[in-house]
Amino acid sequence: MAKVLIKGNEAVAEAAIRSGCRYYFGYPITPQTEIAEYMAKKMPTVGGLCLQAESEVAAINMVYGASASGVRVMTSSSSPGISLKSEGVSYIVGCDLPCVILNVQRGGPGLGGIQPSQSDYYQATKALGHGDMQLFVLAPSSVQEMAQLTADAFGIADKYRMPVLILADGALGQMMEPVDFDALKFTPEPEKPWAVNGHGGARKKNIITSLFLKPEELEANVLERDKKYKEVNENEVRYENYLCDDADIIIVSFGITARISKAAVNEARKAGIKAGLLRPITLSPFPSEILNKLADKASAFLSVELNMGQMVNDVKLATQCKKPVYFYGRTGGSLMSSDDVLDEIKKISGGLK
Amino acid sequence: MIVYKRPEALSKVPMHYCPGCTHGIVHRLVAEVIDELNIEKDTVGVAPVGCAVFAYNYFECDFIEASHGRAPAVATGIKRTHPDKIVFTYQGDGDLAAIGTAETVHAAARGENITIIFINNTNYGMTGGQMAPTTMPGQVTTTSPYGRQKMIQGNPIHVCEMLSTLDGVAYAERVAVNSVKNVRAAKKAIKKAFQNQIDKKGLSIVEVLSTCPTNWGMSPTDALKFVDEKMIPFYPLGVYADRNAMGGDNNDK
Repeated sequence: MAKVLIKGNEAVAEAAIRSGCRYYFGYPITPQTEIAEYMAKKMPTVGGLCLQAESEVAAINMVYGASASGVRVMTSSSSPGISLKSEGVSYIVGCDLPCVILNVQRGGPGLGGIQPSQSDYYQATKALGHGDMQLFVLAPSSVQEMAQLTADAFGIADKYRMPVLILADGALGQMMEPVDFDALKFTPEPEKPWAVNGHGGARKKNIITSLFLKPEELEANVLERDKKYKEVNENEVRYENYLCDDADIIIVSFGITARISKAAVNEARKAGIKAGLLRPITLSPFPSEILNKLADKASAFLSVELNMGQMVNDVKLATQCKKPVYFYGRTGGSLMSSDDVLDEIKKISGGLK
Repeated sequence: MIVYKRPEALSKVPMHYCPGCTHGIVHRLVAEVIDELNIEKDTVGVAPVGCAVFAYNYFECDFIEASHGRAPAVATGIKRTHPDKIVFTYQGDGDLAAIGTAETVHAAARGENITIIFINNTNYGMTGGQMAPTTMPGQVTTTSPYGRQKMIQGNPIHVCEMLSTLDGVAYAERVAVNSVKNVRAAKKAIKKAFQNQIDKKGLSIVEVLSTCPTNWGMSPTDALKFVDEKMIPFYPLGVYADRNAMGGDNNDK
């Protein structure tokens, strides 16, 4: 099949269905409502279900129940709605259940705005829920990648029995690009013997709970999950290395701002500045090791984000203060231009001389 | 001949409930019904947050623990992906009628084909006897120490009456378990609430007026009297809705 011109939000929905997801629970919120609309139209034609919940809280708990009963399931929302989901996300983590959650970020805090933002980076990577927990966070930067990372998310969620959050933004969700759905790679759904869907007289009952009143039992449970996180950190880090190997100034940027930054890197190279782009595709696990290695050769780092400086702190941690780490960002729904980023590169380059 | 034995669906473990609490009776009734309908192998229970948080340890069917108030949403997720399984929630009054009001009302409005066992003991038992949405006017709790006053704490909720106004509710009955006669009626109601689900009629809820001697500060026998003298007059027993809400197989036609 030829490429189709499709919105980022719709690409996620289509890729989810092609990944074997037959259940979607959601609630309308700009700028991601097209997903619910696409699901509502398409799911009945493939024997699936799109259910509009009464709230984000209910939607994530429907996901919790559906996932616990052993099916591929997803929900999506935008920043304020994701905050509402955080309770349910913590329970899903605490029960080691797989699911896919999409955050098409908008500006905040509070009701904020409806334009693109990356200001939920901290929430996504540090604390989308209470307790000792970590999510798997993927950051697409094109509509094709919105589709492929959605397909990947279902496989990762099932493999590690953990929620996978796709952290997109209003620009990626709303813009249209050509997508080749036939090029997508899928992971088959594994058996789920732990599911609660009736023991059928064939096995002992399954219990799914995150409650452990004895401190030593809860500690053991958290430690066991931590082993999984270590495995994820070791095996699943993904990034794009664009001209970093000989670079003096390395931009670290994800999602939509990585595209803007890539254009700035190209312009910088034309102007004789050795710039590069390290684009994290997994935000959690974070590509710390490669950044640390690059810090031995590069002169400076520049974190470009649509917020007031969040990922920049992870870059500092990763590079262990070997080299200066600068930040450039816009917030509130404003985007920077590649010229803005180029100016920052030039400033840093001038200071280095 | 054995005339009285533990239901197969009830696990052989000691329960943690306080002496005189009627949760144990209701658990047993649910287990008897699961046995009689022969549905244990196909049943998934959803436990609440509250005194019945450990309900998953007491039944032999599959079980999941929901967060506070969200059991009807969790049950929706299970039932919609497995329409031929039997899904029930077991919830207290704080869980169902306060923090989970939205989930309860909308599951009922949609007509989710699930069964809800609702324990009304007029207080938050597990946290030590605070005011619930079902605490009656004048009733003393740790957070209504001068008695529930209309102008301060506001009015309680009559759950069955409220839910019976929603088109998706197939069955809403309020029962009590403070006498042999009432226990027998409660069993009948619970059985009907599960049978309705098998018949795909819509949401069925059985509200059980229950005792909480510990937090009420009463002996178990005084607590049973309290149900008769104070609770039943305020929360009248009876059937509030009984219809084929969602048009499923109706044997009564």
